[in-house]
Formats: sequence, structure tokens, C-alpha cells
Amino acid sequence: MRPILLKGHERPLTFLKYNRDGDLLFSCAKDHTPTVWYASNGERLGTYKGHNGAVWCCDVSRDSTRLVTSSADQTVKLWDCETGVQLHSFNFDAPARAVSFAEGDKMVVITTDPFMEQQSAIHVKRIESDRSLQSSEDVLTITGPQGRINRAMWGPLNKTIISAGEDATIRIWDAETGKLLKESDPETGHQKVITAMAKSADGSHFITGSHDKSAKLWDIRTLQMLKTYTTERPVNAAAISPLLDHVVIGGGQEASQVTMTSTRAGKFEAKFFHKIFEEEIGGVKGHFGPINALVFNPDGRSFSSGGEDGYVRVHFFDSDYYHIKV
Amino acid sequence: MGGIRDFRWGDAAEEDDGIEGVLPPTQVIGPDEKGIKIIIEWRKDDEGKRTKVTKTVRVKKQVKKLNPAAIRRRSLKKFGDALSQNASENRTVVSTEEIFLERTRPAGAKQEAEKGADLALLGNASLIVCRTCGKKGDHWTSKCPFKELAASKNFPGAGEKPPTDEDVPGMSGGAGGKGSYVPPSMRGAKGNEGESMKRPGRDDNSIRVTNLSEDTREQDLQELFRPFGNISRIYVAFDRETGLSRGFAFINFVNRDDAIRAINKLDGYGYDNLILRVEWATPRADRS
Repeated sequence: MRPILLKGHERPLTFLKYNRDGDLLFSCAKDHTPTVWYASNGERLGTYKGHNGAVWCCDVSRDSTRLVTSSADQTVKLWDCETGVQLHSFNFDAPARAVSFAEGDKMVVITTDPFMEQQSAIHVKRIESDRSLQSSEDVLTITGPQGRINRAMWGPLNKTIISAGEDATIRIWDAETGKLLKESDPETGHQKVITAMAKSADGSHFITGSHDKSAKLWDIRTLQMLKTYTTERPVNAAAISPLLDHVVIGGGQEASQVTMTSTRAGKFEAKFFHKIFEEEIGGVKGHFGPINALVFNPDGRSFSSGGEDGYVRVHFFDSDYYHIKV
Repeated sequence: MGGIRDFRWGDAAEEDDGIEGVLPPTQVIGPDEKGIKIIIEWRKDDEGKRTKVTKTVRVKKQVKKLNPAAIRRRSLKKFGDALSQNASENRTVVSTEEIFLERTRPAGAKQEAEKGADLALLGNASLIVCRTCGKKGDHWTSKCPFKELAASKNFPGAGEKPPTDEDVPGMSGGAGGKGSYVPPSMRGAKGNEGESMKRPGRDDNSIRVTNLSEDTREQDLQELFRPFGNISRIYVAFDRETGLSRGFAFINFVNRDDAIRAINKLDGYGYDNLILRVEWATPRADRS
């Protein structure tokens, strides 16, 4: 396969997201401007201008009309997907890290970093379809976890919120009351910072990636650890294939260490594992920095990776990929 | 559309410039219910000969489902930085490099592949031939991994393990016994110390210098022997316990001729009030 290279960002990529139809690819980087691309040919459709800091995460509504982005400039912005017009800006007292739409796109979960003696927090905001009624008030605020909360997402039927971050613990919260329902077992769970979290296509399980050089698969309801995929480098990104029983894991050594060694030693590969057998299938090379973001196209026939090197690489699988035998 | 139109060859000659007028029009039959389409074409080659080309094509309809929303979005207007994009910017590039999903081979397969690589190396015609194990192109004699095994296995002189094995100078220098040099190749598997001596020391052009004064150093010998030719190694035997020179040294020349000249010149040469004795390190029948 010959990947398409997208050179829209001047700084390291932080997050990638396909819309549900799989025709648009949203990229976030540390350079303040989230960008949307046509996923099929890599053409740049537009950029969302307005943030004044690194953009850490984004999410797109199911009907691909709204985009929400979280940034280190202490705001979360809501955009019109198709025109790049800013619809609303939620202001916080701390950098916003993760953001995720609920099923139905009526609510959004946002996490903020610990900042100026403030604790990290999980905020739930309501998104009004009528823009004039849009308020910035929290529906729910959850505090408790120590350190950054790198990822947050909604559980089945919006009944729970799942969070993971620097304290290496995955937590399931009640989305109504904010009560802590479940916590991952420190024995079987991750040992270091959790950097990535992604749901399966049907939302029944999810994958987490951590700097402890492993990725783990969890049941979304019981928070039971199902599988572990171990690699030799810290994991920055992980995704589950919607088509085949594959997961892809990306990472690499710490960005500060990259210049100390050759690219070969960096292992900047996207590694494919069999989801069930936990066996390594293969690797896709190309980045010359650690991989920070990985995402499958919802059709499972292509995937994109974003690296510390500022490139997004869109890979369309060769036909032999679909016949890989483990 | 009828069949072939009636025309005379004379007409063709007259209307040479208007080919369309001469050649019957292309005929398309079908597609029928099986999707088979027949295309009949007429062509004229350089010599003016007419050829009838009949192509039979199967037409197949492939249904590809597209999302109407995605189709609509394809014609969206660009916005933000994408608006001012000029052609030279090249934001989107298709990799020139073919990238593969590199399969992770199971451990067993990997080992086999490595073996193959080893054999491939062997097959290479190379100048490097190990004199110990006879392997071509793999390693230099001095780096032979089978150095120790060689003595007991395939080296010609393996059988005759000298009894002075333990007193190998430079190996176990402390004993101060007979001091006769036993080339590494002749050392038995017993001489485990040989393992530590992985440096080049197995050259045939090795000469032994005896009756050296105690304060002769490598440096001095270098000065003395360098004029005869390139030296690959100088070894001065020191007593491990006292740290004093044991009065003999080995010098390896790159070229055998240089070694011969050195022997002829320096055997019996007065050096530091002593008369040097210079001879081949490994007395062999063909050298005496």
C-alpha cells in the first residue's frame, strides 16, 4: 500500500477521528488548528481557526454536522463541521484534555487538567440543538482522580462515563449522579499512564494503551480485563478494527529521547495484533517519530496514524490484508 | 445500421484524406441479457489495408453503495486555511515508498531464515578463507570461532598435542618452564586461556626473537624490525608475576619475504650487549 501523507500540521499530532460515514478525517495537533480532510483522497477540506493552544482531542457528531474540540487554551469549542464556523466556546479554568459526544449528541463529556492548585475534573455539558439556548453550565462535575484524565468516553446507553489517565486507573462513573461505580484492578490493570482509549465498533468493549508498554482490552460493562497486548515501547495510541479481529497499537519512545537514537531503534511502527489470540500480526512502518494517534476508518478498510513528526498517514489496506492467517 | 456498405476500391483512392468516409462506422451490438456486447471496428493500417476488429465484451454492473451525505459533502466549499491554499503547497502527498504490513514471523521461521543467510554468505566467492576451519568468506583466520575446536578436530596438526601445553608463553607465562612457543593451532582444547587471546596471532610469517635483554619493549622491537616490512603483530613475553621480560618475543610480518630478510639480517645481531637469535617461530620441515 502507498499511504497518503497529510502535511497539514506543523506540530506533533495529538488525535485523529473519522466521522461515522468514514468520508471525513479530523486531525488535531499541537499547532492550534484542527483540520478536516477527505478520507478517500487526503484532500484538505478546511481548518477550524480560533484555538489559541494545543488541541488535544476532538469528537464529531453522528450526523457529521458538529465538531467539538478541546484545547490547552482552556476552552472547548463547538464548530459547524462543514463551514468551520465556531458555534460556541466553553471556557474553563484549566486546559481541556479529552472530549467526547454522548450517543445522540445531546451531551458532551470534557476533562480538564490539574492546573493552578485545581484538581482534574470531568465535566458534562448539554448541547442544545437551538444555538441560542446553549449554556456553558455543567450538568455534572466529577472530581477525584489524581493527575490528568487523558481520555473519557460514554458507556452503553449513556449510563456511564469511563475515564482513564495519569493515575493508570480506569474508572466507570454513573453519568447521572457522578458516583464512582467501578475501578480497574491495580493488579491486572495498567502500571503507568494510560494514554489511549478507544471503543469497539459495537461499543461492547474497549482498548486502552499505556506507557507500561502494553495495551489492554476491557469489557465496557463489567470492567473485566479481557486481553493484554505487550510490545516493547510505550503505547501512545490504540484502536480496534471494526472489520476484522485486529487491534492496532502505536507508540514509540518518549519524544525527548527520539533524537538520541536512530529511527530503526525507535520502533515507530503501528503494530497489528490479533484481538483474540493476542498474537502480533505485523507492523506498518513509516513515521519518523512516535505515533500519537491511531484510528480505523469505520469501514475497516483503511487506517490513519498521526505522529510526533507532524504527519498523518492514511493507509489503505492491500487485498492480502483481508486474508491474513494467524 | 446495416452491414458492410458497398463501395469500390477506386472510391477509397479518391477519398484518401477522409478515412471516416471510407471505413464503415463502428458497430455495437448488445449488451444482451447476459451482458455481452460485441463491438465491430474497422481500421486502416499504414499500408492502407483494412482490418476488421471484433471485440466481445461482457458488461457487468457493480453496485457500490455510497452514502448520500458523503456524496453531498464531496462538493462542500473549502474553508479556513484550505481556502487560501495554492497549488504549490502540496499538503497531500501519496507516499513514493511502498509500505507493507510487515509480518512478524514465528520464532522458528526466523531461525531458519538466518541459517539460510549464513549459507548464502558461504556461497559467496570471497577472498577471505579461514585457515583454521577452512570456511570461505565468513571470517578471518584470527577471528575463527572454532579456534579452540580446531586443534582437536580438523586442523592437520591436531593429533600431536605437545606435552608443553601448559607452558605456552604468553598464555600462562608464570611457570617459566621450557618457554618453547607452541602455536595456538597446536594448543589442545585444554589451553582454555587461549580463549583470551583472540587477537591476530596465527600468521604463518611469525618469527621468534630470543636472547633479548630484559628491558626491551615492544616499541624497541618495532623500531628494529619495521625497516624490513609491515608488521602485523609484536608480542613480547613478560613474566606475569615479576613483570619482567622473559627475553623473547614474537613478530609477525605481513609478508613472508620481509620475514625472511629480517631473519637473515638480524640473526646474530648485537642488540643491547646481547646477541639476538632470530628464527621462524614454528619450525617446519619446509622452512628450515
